[in-house]
Amino acid sequence: MDVINLVIDNKPVVVKKGTTILEAAKGIGIHIPTLCYMKLDDLNIENKPGGCRICVVEVDGRRNLAPACCTDVSEGMNVNTHSIRAINARRTVMELILSDHPADCLICAKSGNCDLQNMAHNLGIRKIHYQGEQSHYREDTSPAIIREVDKCIMCRRCEMMCNEVQTVGVLSAINRGFNSVVAPAFEMNLDHSVCTYCGQCVAVCPTGALTEVDETGKVVRALSDSAKTVIVQTAPAVRAALGEEFGYEAGTLVTGKLVAALRRLGFDYVFDTDFAADLTIMEEGTEMLNRLGRHLAGDKEVKLPILTSCCPAWVKFFEHHFPDMKEIPSTARSPQQMFGSIAKTYFADKLGIKREDLVVVSIMPCVAKKYECGRDEFKVNNNPDVDFALTTRELAALIKISNINFRTLPNEEYDNPLGESTGAAVIFGTTGGVIEAAVRTAYELHTKKELPRLNFDELRGMEGIRKATIDFDGTPINIGIAHGLGNARKLLEEIQAGKSEFHAIEIMSCPGGCIGGGGQPYHHGNAEILKKRQRAIYQEDTKKSIRKSHENPYIIQLYKEFLGKPMSEKAHHLLHTAYFDRTE
Amino acid sequence: MVCNADEGDPGAFMDRSILEGDPHSVIEAMAICGYCICSDTGLVYIRAEYPLAIERLKIAINQAEEYGLLGDDILGTGFSFKIELRYGAGAFVCGEETALIHSMEGLRGEPTVKPPFPSVSGYMGKPTNVNNVETFANIPVIINKGAGWFNKIGTEKSKGTKVFALAGKINNVGLIEVPMGTTLREVIYDIGGGIKDGKEFKSVQTGGPSGGCLTKKFLDTPIDYENLGAAGSMMGSGGMIVMDEDDCMVSIAKFYLEFTLEESCGKCSPCRIGNKRLHEILDKITQGNGDLEDIERLKVLSNVIKDTSLCGLGQSSPNPVLSTIANFENEYLAHVLEGKCPAGQCKSLVHYVINEELCNGCTLCFRNCPVGAITGERRVAHFIDQSLCIKCGVCFEKCKFNAITVN
Repeated sequence: MDVINLVIDNKPVVVKKGTTILEAAKGIGIHIPTLCYMKLDDLNIENKPGGCRICVVEVDGRRNLAPACCTDVSEGMNVNTHSIRAINARRTVMELILSDHPADCLICAKSGNCDLQNMAHNLGIRKIHYQGEQSHYREDTSPAIIREVDKCIMCRRCEMMCNEVQTVGVLSAINRGFNSVVAPAFEMNLDHSVCTYCGQCVAVCPTGALTEVDETGKVVRALSDSAKTVIVQTAPAVRAALGEEFGYEAGTLVTGKLVAALRRLGFDYVFDTDFAADLTIMEEGTEMLNRLGRHLAGDKEVKLPILTSCCPAWVKFFEHHFPDMKEIPSTARSPQQMFGSIAKTYFADKLGIKREDLVVVSIMPCVAKKYECGRDEFKVNNNPDVDFALTTRELAALIKISNINFRTLPNEEYDNPLGESTGAAVIFGTTGGVIEAAVRTAYELHTKKELPRLNFDELRGMEGIRKATIDFDGTPINIGIAHGLGNARKLLEEIQAGKSEFHAIEIMSCPGGCIGGGGQPYHHGNAEILKKRQRAIYQEDTKKSIRKSHENPYIIQLYKEFLGKPMSEKAHHLLHTAYFDRTE
Repeated sequence: MVCNADEGDPGAFMDRSILEGDPHSVIEAMAICGYCICSDTGLVYIRAEYPLAIERLKIAINQAEEYGLLGDDILGTGFSFKIELRYGAGAFVCGEETALIHSMEGLRGEPTVKPPFPSVSGYMGKPTNVNNVETFANIPVIINKGAGWFNKIGTEKSKGTKVFALAGKINNVGLIEVPMGTTLREVIYDIGGGIKDGKEFKSVQTGGPSGGCLTKKFLDTPIDYENLGAAGSMMGSGGMIVMDEDDCMVSIAKFYLEFTLEESCGKCSPCRIGNKRLHEILDKITQGNGDLEDIERLKVLSNVIKDTSLCGLGQSSPNPVLSTIANFENEYLAHVLEGKCPAGQCKSLVHYVINEELCNGCTLCFRNCPVGAITGERRVAHFIDQSLCIKCGVCFEKCKFNAITVN
């Protein structure tokens, strides 16, 4: 029998065998509260340890209450989701969780976005009857992520992301009983671990236990320093998500208002990381063609596939886990760092100021970018190419603090010369976008012919690993795409085993790519939000008059005035990097 | 196929004695079980704190292999079976089968929601049969003597015999094996030789740390799975701890909770935090700071923990609390209403007082008091300063004139 008949809250319902009580109830509009449970549809991500016990319901004939999230329905089942027994148990469990949680909601970074706070409110908790000792742990600050472990409620979402989705394996439950908590082994600091700072733990944490390092204060101080010229760059995925912080529907593009807000905040120039993304394509695409050309000419030494290198968490991941393969990724720096490098040379020269007097701020969907801009190889005389990387969320906070009414802002344009970009650049924000942008340019540079089409639907989507073969005018190029480091690991292991069929692979650490980055507005387990952001990114691409990186006039000008040609010595010095073995 | 030898109950050592004394009974049973369910590998999950049991099990496995009773093509039947050992680190919760399996897989020893049961998806995702040492040890003898013989022993629903670890305030402590259906009285007075020092029986706790405390009125109850369950306790692993009139039942409940509190894996909130709060409330009561509401709170919270916990540990950990409240409510009331511990065990509630009429001023208590809390002249009644007294009871023991009373 493939269908099950049951009754939930006196309503008969017919569902497929294998459905949980939670899903069956959802199907008929009954919302059973959940806390540890999280499911991102289409991304194959699900957390259901059955640990929080908030979703317990009463099932006739069963001795104890059943956790709705991980109990399958059975024939003739009679479920009551709001019997006095279930509600009393649910509220008591909530009181217990709250009794071991700091009550500093008023000043918590997660206030207003906290699943625990929301749940306590929805369950009508007004008093905690079971007061007692609270757990205390050391706070851990890393270059990107802060762990306030006292606020951990053992939902295990971060652990699932870190271990199952990312296969990084830093966070797991330690200790026993009342002292159990999710932490790195031996309670070591994150920055001593193999953490990649992908921030997916932050993205799914229901409380304030995991948050990004807040650098808004430093940016405000720089902005108020009259001796400094402060410029800002905005990553592609930010424009597709920032609106959510101001009540817009997910997937609303707010590019013009974003620019206007940054100008109101006092940035001297508002530039676009997309410009640097076009530059990345010039360098990475050229490198790709170079390696491919040698490969096709029969060079056995050349390393293929070439892997993208825009994502700092991905870079740190292979430095820790696959150091033997550090020659394979493209040496091209990420767009954030290319921007910083060009800003502090080419643009500083144009302004006639010293690099020390130019402050570069980036707005990123990412927490790993905070770590990336602190890497030693991206500093000159200890002055970083990018001074501060703020997340989309931090920017929203900054706008709110500064009394800027975001919704009434006019749409404004980016400044030049580092603000012009193409449609190829904006799609960097989603999985599949970097490689599609590279294909658009590499195809034309390789074949010297105009692309017959610009949309490569075969490279798009949300599947964790995707593959496609693109015809480069007679030469089939095999392309692989992975998002989520666990998926990346699979492709890397294929390469290690000599079984990879790909010429080029795009890798992004976060599920969905940067639109699902650890610094984006919280999705609260709703994968629909990520899909809407993705649609917005492709929509922005089609709106652009220029959609191929090599046609960006300011990129052409940059090479003419400053860099020479892609992969030139100057370009190599400013736009490329090296990777390090971090297994020691 | 898995043999659960992760005996974790405090004071229980039935499995250890079987593995140390007759490991072949378990090996033979595992091979039989493997033959029945077409399994070619048996794993024994045994706690590393049992070095002797491990050593003897290894010897026995080697012997069985030498005789061709384990290994490839056993006795020419075409059936092959091998047994490997897996060591546990001594976590009580790893006796729960899903936690045990996770531990064997190299994961954190935490239970997961059932279904799926191990028989559907267990070790490495494969169907897995998990049985206890004692269960296995019964098999060869049943095969040899027949089910009819075995069924003659025991009660209608609980067949065979059961091994108990008899402990506590009883004259003969140790392992006993009795037919199912033997009464508690027979176990305690006939086999156990009665209560130590002729004191009065108060309660017997069965089933390990999450069992219940049964009173005098259950002494003539035949021991089997059904009766123990109906009485608010359980068979559990077969632990049996006898308490006498000197035991404070609130403290006993607290003692057991201390154990489950430490042994909880921490995965689900009611067990992780709820048991901690239960323990704190019990502690408050034994300190003399409890009130009637606390007793009510204990009951409500205990029931929620039982109702919502993920695995058997949390679902049964409040049993000692609920059963002591049900059977010894007067003791709880004495603590919270009168500030008294009837058994004189809760130190915060105990006061040693010198009866002036009986004290002849011999100074023995004065000289033995370790903290100088007793004052008085020779041949004049002495006095205990309650603010200094640490309630060690030395004065009470030393006094030859029964002049010191415990309030």
